[in-house]
Amino acid sequence: MQKSLHLDPNKCTGCLQCEMACAWENHRSFTIAKSRIKVFTFHEPGRFVPYTCTQCDEAWCMMACPTDAIRLDPVTGAKVVLEPSCVGCKVCTIACPFGTINYVSDTGKVQKCDLCVGASGPACEKACPTGAITYVDADWTGLDKMRQWAGKTDTNPATV
Amino acid sequence: MRHLIVGSGPAGVVAAETLRKADPAAEITILCGEGEAPYSRMAIPYLLKGDIPEAGTHLRKEPGHYDRLRIVLVKAQAQSVDTAARTVALSSGSSLPYDRLLIATGSRPSLEKIPGIDLPGVHACWTLADARAILEKAKPGARVVQMGAGFVGCIIMEGLLSRGVDLTILVRSGYMVRRMMNPTASGLLRSWCEAKGVKILTHTQPKGLTSVDGVLQVDLGEGRILPADFYLSAVGVDPNLGFLAGSGIEIRQGIVVDPNQQSSVPGVYAAGDVAESVDCLTGQRGVNAIQPNAVEQGRIAALNMAGRPAAFKGSLVFNVLTTLGLVSSSFGLWEGVPGGESTEVVDPSHWRYLNLQFDGERLVGANSVGFTNHVGALRGLIEGRVKLGVWKARLMQDPTQVMQAYLGAAQKLG
Ligand SMILES: Cc1cc2nc3c(=O)[nH]c(=O)nc-3n(C[C@H](O)[C@H](O)[C@H](O)COP(=O)(O)OP(=O)(O)OC[C@H]3O[C@@H](n4cnc5c(N)ncnc54)[C@H](O)[C@@H]3O)c2cc1C
Ligand code: SF4
Repeated sequence: MQKSLHLDPNKCTGCLQCEMACAWENHRSFTIAKSRIKVFTFHEPGRFVPYTCTQCDEAWCMMACPTDAIRLDPVTGAKVVLEPSCVGCKVCTIACPFGTINYVSDTGKVQKCDLCVGASGPACEKACPTGAITYVDADWTGLDKMRQWAGKTDTNPATV
Repeated sequence: MRHLIVGSGPAGVVAAETLRKADPAAEITILCGEGEAPYSRMAIPYLLKGDIPEAGTHLRKEPGHYDRLRIVLVKAQAQSVDTAARTVALSSGSSLPYDRLLIATGSRPSLEKIPGIDLPGVHACWTLADARAILEKAKPGARVVQMGAGFVGCIIMEGLLSRGVDLTILVRSGYMVRRMMNPTASGLLRSWCEAKGVKILTHTQPKGLTSVDGVLQVDLGEGRILPADFYLSAVGVDPNLGFLAGSGIEIRQGIVVDPNQQSSVPGVYAAGDVAESVDCLTGQRGVNAIQPNAVEQGRIAALNMAGRPAAFKGSLVFNVLTTLGLVSSSFGLWEGVPGGESTEVVDPSHWRYLNLQFDGERLVGANSVGFTNHVGALRGLIEGRVKLGVWKARLMQDPTQVMQAYLGAAQKLG
């Protein structure tokens, strides 16, 4: 079953447990700057928005990669960076219209959410104390995914 | 259905893979004109740096990938196309029939037209064969004169310097990466390179090259001569179109294609560096010679070749560039539009710069230096033509809030 993360800003308190869990899972460090999931703070409405890769079907990053360094995990549908093949060209980081694949200068490679491939479910979801992050069947987030690439449809209120 | 693809770069390979998914029974053949396994030119800088072996440049790494997808790779060059008979004549003397043809022959270096450009010791940096020749000659202390500081010229510097060469860059205009960076961004790049020991001569163009005892003499005019152990030409590229003479396929700057990537001749498609399509922001026709464009056009062409209508949304001009470790990027109409507005932050001491260009309520272009986090959101906002609403004023005040603006305006999350 293809699964994905469902992120609910209305439940997020901005505690950053998810960022810590992600940094620890992937870097064995609590440096939240290294987290693949980010909680964005919106000062005016006083709102916290957790955001990370939606494992979109278009897979802009995977398509653009010149070295086959991003692969599809057939079990979860996650797009996974294979570090040994990544040359750090960063073309994926500009190809992704969501801004969710990013360059890590320490490693000279890119990183993105891979739903904690190989582990028993995403670390951020386990760490979230409020249920703002849930790990659900992919179909569930279909509506969100449709909203994601806002510029694709002419009917979207955000666009012309 | 017989699908023939001329060219084994990213456009050709992605097209073949897409065709296999869309048309499981089809015959799919790719012509590999350089006689190499399908590889990515973009990976060449990292081969020069020694980060990867040659196999690291291969577009697909899984052994048996093409066999498994029943994609036949033929090492041969297309010499001519007969669109009436639907055949392609090969360099080997034989010819191949097709029902649908995709031209994905990419581009080649447009060498400067000066005397001596054909001398031994003059190289481009475009193919694996070029890279091998450069690796052979780029020994510590070797004097290298490079003409051109466009994005390819900048990306390859790190590989060259890592080999200990003595590098001089000649730039015809006053600016490096003039076609993707504004003067401020370009100026930062220049001081960065100079701080790393690269000599950069702007407003300089060689008059000609001669060879004296195996050492190239680069004539800069007015009696100035630069000796060079090798000369690198990086002044831009032209589409590979020569073999289409007499085919009846309409060519302007590149092969003219419609939104389905079909050329003026039904059944013949084009994608990537060789195709001329429409810019998603300006609506103007042109060649957009970048990797993401090549793969997207390859995918769209293939769907149409397989009988599944799909339209290309128009190409976005954008690029990311690492120059001796300094990352910069360029998106869309970075020069701005008449009557538009712009905002920027400059922090030269930390080599950071971000400039945003607006047309009314929309972001239409950007230049950045030293910003890498969430830069993709710039594409999302620009290509998505997202109405910024309240985020326009916020970005004008603090351009670094790009990701927040994306979440707020495009995703309605903020
Ligand atoms: C050093 C370097 C760095 C680059 N860095 C970047 C970057 O950072 N970002 C970016 O977006 N782009 C970059 N590019 C550009 C990018 O590589 C091209 O845009 C991309 O390769 C275009 O893909 P394509 O499939 O259209 O053409 P190509 O990759 O050029 O492939 C064309 C293929 O067609 C073959 N061919 C040509 N003529 C014939 C013929 N008559 N018969 C048979 N086969 C033929 C060629 O041999 C080749 O295999 C870089 C290029 C170079 C050289
Ligand atoms: S940075 Fe790495 S993963 Fe991203 S496109 Fe380049 S090689 Fe592929």
